[in-house]
Amino acid sequence: MTDPAVVRIDDLEFRYAEGEFRLRIDELDVARGTTAAFIGPSGSGKTTLLNLIAGIALPASGRVTTDGVDVTELSDPERRSFRVMRIGLVFQEFELLEYLSVLDNILLPYRINPALRLDGAVRSRAVDLAERVGISNMLDREPGRLSQGERQRVAVCRAVLTDPPLLLADEPTGNLDPVNRERVLDILFDYAAESGTTLLAVTHDHEILDRFARVIDFRLFHGEAS
Amino acid sequence: MRQTIYLALRYLAFHRLKTLILLTSITLIIYLPIGLRVLVDQSSRQLTARAAATPLIVGAKGSPLELVLNSLYFGSDSPEATRYEEATRIDSTGLGTPIPLYVRFRAQEHPIVGTTLDYFEFRGLRLAGGRQLGMLGECVVGARAADALGVGAGDFVVSSPESVFDLAGVYPLKMRVVGVLDFSDSADDDAVFVDVRTAWIIQGLGHGHQDLAAPEAANAVLSREGNRVVANASVVQYNEVTADNITGFHFHGDLSGYPLSSVIAVPPDDKSAALLRGRYQSPDELVQVVEPVGVMDELLATILTVESFVVAGAVVVGLATLATAALVFMLSLRLRRRERETMFKIGGSRLAVGGLMASEIVAVLVGGSLLAAGLTFLTSQFGSVAIRALLRT
Repeated sequence: MTDPAVVRIDDLEFRYAEGEFRLRIDELDVARGTTAAFIGPSGSGKTTLLNLIAGIALPASGRVTTDGVDVTELSDPERRSFRVMRIGLVFQEFELLEYLSVLDNILLPYRINPALRLDGAVRSRAVDLAERVGISNMLDREPGRLSQGERQRVAVCRAVLTDPPLLLADEPTGNLDPVNRERVLDILFDYAAESGTTLLAVTHDHEILDRFARVIDFRLFHGEAS
Repeated sequence: MRQTIYLALRYLAFHRLKTLILLTSITLIIYLPIGLRVLVDQSSRQLTARAAATPLIVGAKGSPLELVLNSLYFGSDSPEATRYEEATRIDSTGLGTPIPLYVRFRAQEHPIVGTTLDYFEFRGLRLAGGRQLGMLGECVVGARAADALGVGAGDFVVSSPESVFDLAGVYPLKMRVVGVLDFSDSADDDAVFVDVRTAWIIQGLGHGHQDLAAPEAANAVLSREGNRVVANASVVQYNEVTADNITGFHFHGDLSGYPLSSVIAVPPDDKSAALLRGRYQSPDELVQVVEPVGVMDELLATILTVESFVVAGAVVVGLATLATAALVFMLSLRLRRRERETMFKIGGSRLAVGGLMASEIVAVLVGGSLLAAGLTFLTSQFGSVAIRALLRT
């Protein structure tokens, strides 16, 4: 039976090797298919928690179960493959590769991990996604010739190309003007609703909180900035 | 791996200027020493082979190198002229066959070589079309010269004036092409061959004009005293030798004093060669006899010394360029740290991400090596042409 929680955290403690930062979460469950926003002051560990859920960082102790897999038990290559197949990541700075076209940027996950196989069906899906977010006429362009909003739409397409059950967004609208902010949020929420994907987003923007089903305030956790 | 290579090539294509600079650097690092080695090897072989096939050269005293280069490669620097009597002198010793050479004039950039039919036999030159020289004013053209001038048997070649401003100088002679030589991959391919007397006609030492005894030339005659006829400038001069006017061509004075660049002497054996050399040992002798092989060996020794310096320089510059290229790659890796982190975050495997960076370096190195190999191949194919052109100037 599928775990009703897409993210389950038990008795987690995380410290950086240097500095006094410490994140402690006794228990946190995020239901499958929900949308949740992580809010809190800078340095409270919001991005760190996204990294822990994605298996980019490992806790000092405790368990992080993502989509039914305890990521703390996986080896580094296993975590990379797990990430590329099960998690979509959207960044504040978009993190597109300047030397690749829009289409190649969307297809990037398939080009950097042999666990995924790039074929015609994947290409078609990439083009469909681009069409859905209104950038299908820019597939041959390089990111340098796109607006901020267009770049973030490319990044969203890249994140959802593998149809992941979990979408992690770190300040996805932090660099966007109000019009583009709304457009990108619409895309993220529409996609999550249609595909049943769980959306977890870190944000400082309180104007958008009412869009999320759940808001998790990091002041509840023991996160301290050094 | 295919995906990694694709990404690497996209990166290189996007940063095309940087890639071009790196490719050029790597290409030159590899090509310069190897290409130079190939060129020197080729020039050594070519210089030695043609020199070895030419037993002795007789010419006026002066620079032996100039004499040999002019006689073998028809260089534009003409040595001091010697006299035709040197050819008859060699012949009279019975110690070798003389082949006179008079290389002074040009048809565009192609040397006009005045010689005898013995030259063609001596060099093993065969006709690709037409026939051999038969009368004054005819020429046989080397394969490359025929291509460059766009002529074949039945066409005409005109000698170039030495100076267009010298009204008293050499006038162009229109020469009929009677044959084209087969390609021989030698300096002969670029030459226009004429009988040595035709070369003297180009110089004006022999000439043809209207018959002053004919009634139509009466107005041009100023005075007649026995065989001596003085004419004015209205007498018609011929600038082409034809079957109709050939009888009007003549040479004034003793041909033995006519100029030659050199004489190739072909002794039947080593003993004859040694004896012939002995004939020119007198301190009062005005001509010299040289062995082309010895002269070319001296030239090669100089070339090899220069080459070793150039190669040493190229290696030092190459190492410095390699170090710079390595620095560029390292700086590029540092600048692209965020790109690598993004790839790691979204699930890029270590092998793929590391392979991407490595593939870019390998692609530049392989590309540079292939270009260098291509240039080396071109050098091996066309180096000899460049060497000959260099020797002609």
